[in-house]
Amino acid sequence: MSLVHETDFGTPASKSTKTVTLTIDGRSVTVPEGTSIMRAAMEIGTEIPKLCATDMVDAFGSCRLCIVEIDGRNGTPSSCTTPVAEGLVVHTQTERLKKLRRGVMELYISDHPLDCLTCAANGNCELQTQAGKVGLRDVRYGKEIETHLDLTKDESNPYFTYDASKCIVCSRCVRACAEVQGTFALTISGRGFDSRVSPGMNEPFLDSECVSCGACVQACPTATLSEKTLIDIGQPERSVVTTCAYCGVGCTFKAEMRGEELVRMVPYKAGEANRGHSCVKGRFAWGYAQHRDRITKPMIRASISEPWREVTWEEALTHTAAEFRRIQAKYGKRSIGGITSSRCTNEETFLVQKLIRAGFGNNNVDTCARVCHSPTGYGLKVAFGTSAGTQDFDSVEDSDVVIVIGANPTDGHPVFGSRLKKRLRQGAKLIVIDPRRIDLVKSPHIRAAHHLALRPGTNVAVLTSLAHVIVTEGLIDQTFVQERCDLDAFADWAEFVADPRHAPEEVEKISGVPAAEIRGAARLYAKGGNGAIYYGLGVTEHSQGTTSVMAIANLAMATGNIGRRGVGVNPLRGQNNVQGSCDMGSFPHEFSGYRHVSDDAVRGLFEDLWGVTLDAEPGLRIPNMFDAAIEGTFKGMYIQGEDLLQSDPNTAHVVAAFSAMECVVVQDLFLNETANYAHVFLPGATFLEKDGTFTNAERRIQRVRKVMTPKSGKADWEATRDLAKAMGLDWGYTHPSEIMDEIARSTPSFAGVTYERLERETLQWPVNAKAPDGTPIMHIDGFVRGSGNFMITDYVPTTEKTGPRFPLLLTTGRILSQYNVGAQTRRTANVAWHAEDVLEIHPADAENRGIRDGDWVKIQSRAGETSLRAVLTDRVAPGVVYTTFHHPMTQANVVTTENSDWATNCPEYKVTAVQISPSNGPTRWQQDYEAQAAASRRIAAAE
Amino acid sequence: MDSAKLVTMANQIAGFFAAQRGEAAQATAKHIADNWDGRMRAGLAAHLAAGGEGLSPIARAAAEILAGAVADA
Repeated sequence: MSLVHETDFGTPASKSTKTVTLTIDGRSVTVPEGTSIMRAAMEIGTEIPKLCATDMVDAFGSCRLCIVEIDGRNGTPSSCTTPVAEGLVVHTQTERLKKLRRGVMELYISDHPLDCLTCAANGNCELQTQAGKVGLRDVRYGKEIETHLDLTKDESNPYFTYDASKCIVCSRCVRACAEVQGTFALTISGRGFDSRVSPGMNEPFLDSECVSCGACVQACPTATLSEKTLIDIGQPERSVVTTCAYCGVGCTFKAEMRGEELVRMVPYKAGEANRGHSCVKGRFAWGYAQHRDRITKPMIRASISEPWREVTWEEALTHTAAEFRRIQAKYGKRSIGGITSSRCTNEETFLVQKLIRAGFGNNNVDTCARVCHSPTGYGLKVAFGTSAGTQDFDSVEDSDVVIVIGANPTDGHPVFGSRLKKRLRQGAKLIVIDPRRIDLVKSPHIRAAHHLALRPGTNVAVLTSLAHVIVTEGLIDQTFVQERCDLDAFADWAEFVADPRHAPEEVEKISGVPAAEIRGAARLYAKGGNGAIYYGLGVTEHSQGTTSVMAIANLAMATGNIGRRGVGVNPLRGQNNVQGSCDMGSFPHEFSGYRHVSDDAVRGLFEDLWGVTLDAEPGLRIPNMFDAAIEGTFKGMYIQGEDLLQSDPNTAHVVAAFSAMECVVVQDLFLNETANYAHVFLPGATFLEKDGTFTNAERRIQRVRKVMTPKSGKADWEATRDLAKAMGLDWGYTHPSEIMDEIARSTPSFAGVTYERLERETLQWPVNAKAPDGTPIMHIDGFVRGSGNFMITDYVPTTEKTGPRFPLLLTTGRILSQYNVGAQTRRTANVAWHAEDVLEIHPADAENRGIRDGDWVKIQSRAGETSLRAVLTDRVAPGVVYTTFHHPMTQANVVTTENSDWATNCPEYKVTAVQISPSNGPTRWQQDYEAQAAASRRIAAAE
Repeated sequence: MDSAKLVTMANQIAGFFAAQRGEAAQATAKHIADNWDGRMRAGLAAHLAAGGEGLSPIARAAAEILAGAVADA
């Protein structure tokens, strides 16, 4: 495949449904009203010279290169800023235009270093291209003129260089930062000849507000802003379109390659989730794929006190199969299980759960969604009948009011965060429900109408209080409820929420949210137009996580905000394939498509397909596996692409569980923290090294395409296939497409999915006879379960309470530059932004404890203690502290508890009672852990 | 399995269904049957047989329904 060049139309497309016909260079063209002349010309293949115009940002009209002549109009207007009109006759190439363009281009070139042969953009420079197009042959201005050629480079950003000497001040970077990313980190400082791109207050890029999304680099028409990898390697020679392996937004990228070397990742404009944008992780943080820590050979050992021994794939898989069969013979069929990975493909998760059900003969399979969005699956299935969000990401463009609850999109889901901010700048209203003052509450050109800064653990009380206002103030969408919902359930719910104990004035006493804010937010959401709710783990990771999801669904149904663009209930999925791993049957009680294992018909379907008898009993969930291990009835585990030791709560408990097992098999890119307690290590493959599909938060199934050979020799699906063979299963898959065919045959919501189709398009499930082209928006004509189901959402306070010993509440989350347990991003230059986890604490709480900014502090809970540095900030309220869990030596989960959601056992990460005190460095636990980890990672061949 | 943890989990489930329409003990029992592995249900049954200390009335009733189902099977 050659390089994929996407057409740049110069200005964004008009959304008008009214059309206009005009003539350009003698050819008639019909385009939507509001289209620029530049874009209309490009529609018929006429590329008007341009420098400051690109279709990712609005027209600017500064370079004066795209001028045209229009019959009956004076002058030479810029075609990027001039809209089409009925009957216009436009000329793009006349003697007058040619002369003017050459004059403009001559001025640009007179102040540009003519080092084209050694320039990083050589062969892909718009200035070079446009100079050729306008026929510039001579530059009359000599060396005596003042230039910018001696300006120095800013190389502070780890991923790109800013070479001011090559800047033509077209402002594309400034506009991309503002319009696409929404950070407003760049401006043009100075006037006239002194005009220069300036990050922040004329700071180096790394010190400025720049979030390193790379939109500026992508927009730059010269080599002024260039990826360092491009400078290092040279121009790519081919592109492969693939899907990002970071968060649940599922951005589409062009992996631009030279041979098997990745030169750069460029967001794909045709990508339906990201529309040509990216964040620092997806665009830049892929260096982990080549990191020296990669383990590329299988390894085994008899005990965790021994060093690893490198072995062949055959020996590793034969050993694993023998160990699992030995354990089952000794402790019973249900004594082993496994974990599918939300970082792996649909095909890979499907195979792992199949191996466990068909090969292990039990249902002890779970996935990391257990500890993040399992309450979403349960709650939305009860309310609507489907365990998934209702919208596509484009839907936000039609939202008038957006509630963001328990999510921090600008950090956790940055590309969606940028799309949301764009809509907010256009006038949509925002309600934030979060204990922290996240960036969306107040950032450049964004101001939340309401910030409900609730006490951690009171989501259900606040959501039910919003419903109280909607019911008691007559804000219900009666038509929607009458036509679409279970009326008995609605009547019971309405009576429940109307009770005075749910009034904002009462809930204020519990949640700390002023009653007026709750009332204002409820009125705005109910009557502000299209209302959409986006939520994250701040909703689900609570003892009432599932109840909160139901409360959100209740609000959407009561106000009629379901079943069309601009509305809906939208869980923002954490990892890239959380949705997919859940869809693929990764839960211990459900086959693919969320069908219970006790359903005889469904089980019979899989028994016929797989040729084995399947267990009708639900299996163990992750926390239950740990408890069973400590009890002595669960002895072996196959873990693909997850690091449970770092990600799961109460680390000491997890350590005890793994220590009690006899065969722990970890399949990963690196010797992660869980591998410290493993007996077999199977080397994993990155998303660049395999074919498959991911399903993002909008249920969109997208292709992942192999761009380089797996370092270990096997893609992850091949390793699972071969392990199954070693265990006696007759698996002959030769390509992931064959696995997808099996998924489609066995899973009704995937019935119409094939690789042949996915080569041409993405598909949002359900894709079946009723919806052959997929389902961007769900529940348009009716709920999947029939009528919408209102559930009673009684607030039950968590048992995790503050008191004299533990007076503060800890809540945890993540940061923009790091991802989940950090296994990937810690092995990239992203550590420049977040080298360690820190504790955010309010200045008043810090002062009471004698803590200064940057001090080491000890954080202690009922579960354990760890230490880290403090950052004093009023982003958190007094009484609340916050940290991230990206670094293993901090181990935030040493202090989190085993409290969990009533329905799903999703851990209550977001509420832990803690005490903070000054410290002089790492705790004894951290020191011991570091020593154990170092000893456990020894490899015999390297000793 | 740790019976104290099973009791906590059963009581949480019962607490949710206590507020819903319908028969709370039946719904609690169904939730446990649908979501708990056999050894966890056996642990709950053993705890019930030992007196069921700490179980809320609805959770206890649910445990009895589950124990009855096992006895009937």
